Amino acid sequence: MVFRVLYRFPKNKKKNMEKLTKEDVHPKIVQALLGEDTNITIEDALENEMILNMGPQHPATHGVLRVLLRLDGETIMAAVPELGYLHRGYEKLAENMEFQEFIPHTDRLDYLSPLSNNVAYAMAVEKLVGVEVPDRAQYIRMIICELSRLTSHLIAIGAFAMDVGAMTIFLWAMREREKILDILDLVCGARFTTSFTRIGGVAADMTGEAIAMTTKYIDEFEGNFAEFEKLLNTNKIFVDRLDGIGVISAEDAIEIGLTGPNLRASGVDYDIRKAKPYLKYSEIDFNVPVYKEGDCLSRYFVRADEVRESVKIIRQVIAKMKPGAILANQPKQVMPHKTEIFTKMEELIHDFMLVNFGMKTPAGEVYHAIENPKGELGFYIVSSGEGKPWRVKIHSPSFVNLQALGHLVQGHMISDVVAIIGSLDPVMGEADK
Amino acid sequence: MGLESMLPEGFLTTTVDALISWSRKSSVWPMPLGISCCAIEMMAAGGPKYDIARFGSEVMRFTPRQCDLLIVAGTVTYKMSKVVRKIYDQMPDPKWVIAMGACTSSGGMYRTYSVVQGIDQFLPVDLYVAGCPPRPDNLLNALITIQNKIGKTKGHEFKNEIKPETAIINN
Amino acid sequence: MNDVMEEKILQKLKEKFPDEEFISETFRDELTITVNAGRIVDICRLLKNDAELLFKQCVDVTAVDWARKKKRFSVVYNLYSLEFNFRLRVKAFIENDEGSIDSVTSVWKSANWYEREAYDMLGVIFKNHPDLRRMYMPEEFEYHPLRKDFPLLGIPGSLPLPQK
Repeated sequence: MVFRVLYRFPKNKKKNMEKLTKEDVHPKIVQALLGEDTNITIEDALENEMILNMGPQHPATHGVLRVLLRLDGETIMAAVPELGYLHRGYEKLAENMEFQEFIPHTDRLDYLSPLSNNVAYAMAVEKLVGVEVPDRAQYIRMIICELSRLTSHLIAIGAFAMDVGAMTIFLWAMREREKILDILDLVCGARFTTSFTRIGGVAADMTGEAIAMTTKYIDEFEGNFAEFEKLLNTNKIFVDRLDGIGVISAEDAIEIGLTGPNLRASGVDYDIRKAKPYLKYSEIDFNVPVYKEGDCLSRYFVRADEVRESVKIIRQVIAKMKPGAILANQPKQVMPHKTEIFTKMEELIHDFMLVNFGMKTPAGEVYHAIENPKGELGFYIVSSGEGKPWRVKIHSPSFVNLQALGHLVQGHMISDVVAIIGSLDPVMGEADK
Repeated sequence: MGLESMLPEGFLTTTVDALISWSRKSSVWPMPLGISCCAIEMMAAGGPKYDIARFGSEVMRFTPRQCDLLIVAGTVTYKMSKVVRKIYDQMPDPKWVIAMGACTSSGGMYRTYSVVQGIDQFLPVDLYVAGCPPRPDNLLNALITIQNKIGKTKGHEFKNEIKPETAIINN
Repeated sequence: MNDVMEEKILQKLKEKFPDEEFISETFRDELTITVNAGRIVDICRLLKNDAELLFKQCVDVTAVDWARKKKRFSVVYNLYSLEFNFRLRVKAFIENDEGSIDSVTSVWKSANWYEREAYDMLGVIFKNHPDLRRMYMPEEFEYHPLRKDFPLLGIPGSLPLPQK
């Protein structure tokens, strides 16, 4: 039996740092510092606020995020994040490509869990066009979504712990992640950025060997993950550094638009897999972890609990899977399989029409969202009846989570900024689109 | 260590050269400029399975002042290009640049208004690694190639304006 | 359940704004209501605060460029109600010549960055926005990339590049 310990150490009150005034510094030092040709007067010297640039290249900003901080001593008065250093023009690209051509691009949005982004986009297009996906494809999609949730949360916890100072966890998390990437290598052909989903199903079937590998992995995983928690949950430095930092209440969290584990750590019980079930989540039995305190430590606990729930889901899905087709049988919208194109006539014609003119879509607009590991990933697609979309808007969870950064860091110290960014877990590939 | 660039060719200097080149190539410290997806494969190359430390790159320092190899991993946009150039300028000589992935070599799959179509438009690149993203073994192959090139470079060639021959590594 | 919510929304809107016209359509089980852009802030406030509607989560605010049609831009608000588990879409076409509409940041704080992104990408101006500046492109950039008359490859020389 696994004994889990969740610990919050008793707090001693944090003292306010006293502001230095000019009486505390010897006048000769002040004179040497200021020099002759400056426009700073002696009254201003130690009472000024300072602007610090946490630049785009920084070991801890999870990608290229620039944060401008206004400091009073070491306390933060205001923080303004600046995005756009990775803006690659996805929405403009999507208007110039056909629906099925855009799938490899969605991989690179949240590049820590590429498989679930594909599923989100494919489901939005399938909703617009009206394609019914076969059962086995839905179960395979659920398995890969939960596997990508595991990879994303492992890196989130690993990088977060590394930012706070615990380097071992990062290397252990990479080790676990490599085993998942071996499974994906076998199923999809690539370790990472796989573009595995197609509109109407998935690209390839999961063989018995892949399922055996997955089962073996999740049997060993729980024991390995318990070791992570043994190192972190009762570690006084880790807990003290995160307890009570970056608190946001449930009302504020909904108002400012947080989604995903960040929202559930503030006490709001909202998970799209339970509220508006997609794929076959309504048939699976799992819990949604919710914590009430709303600080960095709760966000970490939510992710650790979600990892366990994912393992439960994968086990149940593997037990339910039955052999069947993996691509829907709608020739006017679904691309046929490569082996059939080379041997059969109708499939060749359909492939030609779909690649050159795109699929037939009705004119209209649709919004579909799934529960990505980072939050709610939604695609708003406007179609005007052609094979290419008229407008695609990507609602990415990291973008909305970063909006809360200015609100969360006020009043904390500089070293807390790193912990807060790590607990929000942004990925700049999707925040900048 | 700039003295050997001023000495002429001779028996003593070639031995000194060989010693210096060997020591330089055996401990290349990379500066990881991780911008997007390729950064994750670079982190995996530093992880336990594909260990980059056994090739001499024991630490990945995040400050340019202490590194010799700049690995640009990820799509470089016009807004970010100024930052990349600044980091390259801050590195002390001798330095080398690896352009990792398709996005840095030629713009990759993003032929749009905000992506620089290849970082060799503003940086001198030594090695291009193909892949989207390249597997960590591919990155290790690139590192070994750079080490071989460093091992062959003579002392008097380490000047600022050298444009080394570029090599392309395929998957 | 969906029809009940639909009727409630339309009924409350018609009660409070009797002289405005609302066009509603349902496509693939989603309700879209088209309203006039003049009273958008009051309409959104009603949708958020009314005890039987409670659309507290503003999921998305975007704009769509309809190219050569008479009313070129339309602003789209995707809303969600946590208590009643209902998604709603509100659309408004921009009618004035300068391409501006009132900002809804006084109703939902999360609309702040969404509207900045719509301004950056499409050039839609939001009046009374607390901080309207560009989001992704640098401040000196003169164009709006997602408009249909801006080419995909960009305009050469519009963004600076450092020297080799």
